Amino acid sequence: MEQEYKITSKNLDFYYGSVKALQSISLNFQLHQATALIGPSGCGKSTFLRCLNRMNDLIPGIRVEGEICMDGENIYKPSVDVVRLRSRIGMVFQKPNPFPKTIFENVAYGLKVNGVKDKNLIAERVEKSLRSGALWDEVKDRLHDSALSLSGGQQQRLCIARALAVEPEVLLMDEPCSALDPIATQKIEELIHELKDKYTIIIVTHNMQQAARVSDVTAFFYMGKLIEAGETDTMFTRPRLKTTEDYITGRFG
Amino acid sequence: MTIHLQKELSKIKKSILTLGAMVEDRVRLAALAIETRDAELAKRVVNSDHEVDEMEVDIEEECLKILALYQPVAVDLRFLIAVIKINSDLESIGDQAVNIAQRVAIIAKQKKYSFVFDYSVMAQKSQEMLKKSLDALVNLDLDLAFRVLVMDDAVDLIQRQAYDEIKAAMANANADSHGYLINLLLVSRHLERLADYATNIAEEVIYLIEGEIVRHTKI
Repeated sequence: MEQEYKITSKNLDFYYGSVKALQSISLNFQLHQATALIGPSGCGKSTFLRCLNRMNDLIPGIRVEGEICMDGENIYKPSVDVVRLRSRIGMVFQKPNPFPKTIFENVAYGLKVNGVKDKNLIAERVEKSLRSGALWDEVKDRLHDSALSLSGGQQQRLCIARALAVEPEVLLMDEPCSALDPIATQKIEELIHELKDKYTIIIVTHNMQQAARVSDVTAFFYMGKLIEAGETDTMFTRPRLKTTEDYITGRFG
Repeated sequence: MTIHLQKELSKIKKSILTLGAMVEDRVRLAALAIETRDAELAKRVVNSDHEVDEMEVDIEEECLKILALYQPVAVDLRFLIAVIKINSDLESIGDQAVNIAQRVAIIAKQKKYSFVFDYSVMAQKSQEMLKKSLDALVNLDLDLAFRVLVMDDAVDLIQRQAYDEIKAAMANANADSHGYLINLLLVSRHLERLADYATNIAEEVIYLIEGEIVRHTKI
């Protein structure tokens, strides 16, 4: 199979002030695949994830060296419109963070911000996104209830739907299930499987089994370095490096 | 949780080695029974097989429990999978020891032997394969595991010799010793199968160490 990369990272260094948090990360993300980033806390996986849609730009004193390209174009070029970039690369966070608005307004929010005024189009896109987020059937009769009335799992799917509404190409997920129960987690995992057909997904997870279940490729980070990346099947049955094996079998520390 | 898993895994390792020792002992007795035509000894092998069977079931249940509770990965997963298969191989080797013992029980009834095939070398080689495959498991010795695979050819060769010689003996024998000769031939079959299972164990050890499945490949 020919490899088509959606995002490529080349020799990426990242500094929080004088602290080098990422060291020369080169990692490519294939189109319509799910990649899991794993590693112990503080290993740099979330920092790396946030580099991919320039979420780190908001933190004072950071510095990025090296390059990250989407469709061959460096996203750190000065001419890049960061708001536009983030609509192409959506993000879902650890804790569900719906706006204190109705379910409908949550999903419609990104469209409105982007200047969409056509009410029919908005309604259509809200339904489509909620369906893609596997939430439609549960909320279709209560679209104008507060999003905060939903359960944690539903709120997280709402956040996914909200991210999908602006039709991104890439979806970043930072431990999307860590605050959810096993049933809600299973729903999100099933959703990731379905979303892979349309989106390129990159997920940070502390749950090793989750990484094994949802991803095609797994990348293992440790102390700011990318230690090993490869097909998930191989990574979890016979990783190449001892450090990887020690981490995934829990022999660390 | 990891410490628990490691404890469980070392318990399993101990159990599989105990089963290995148990089965080795059965094979040793069966081999001795062939040599001495000792029906009593043969009976002992047959009657104690349930111990092997019970232990095999216990080990499998333990493995399934660990899989369900800990969902191990990488080397831990390969270890468990290897143990599940080796467990079943050992049980089959125990069965082959029983089969041999049953042949011996029939052979021992024969008053006069029209023909004798010396199985001592074949039995010794099969036992050596079993011992080495288990040693390879204990020490995670890749070299030794590969050596077991190579040894299988010599056992197969003796089986063919047994076939040729017993076939020739049968042509010259009275009809009343045919049963004896068939049982004598079957011993070679059982020993050959036993060596095959030892080979399987060695292949599982290779998988455990390397993560490569070497079954059905030419070494």
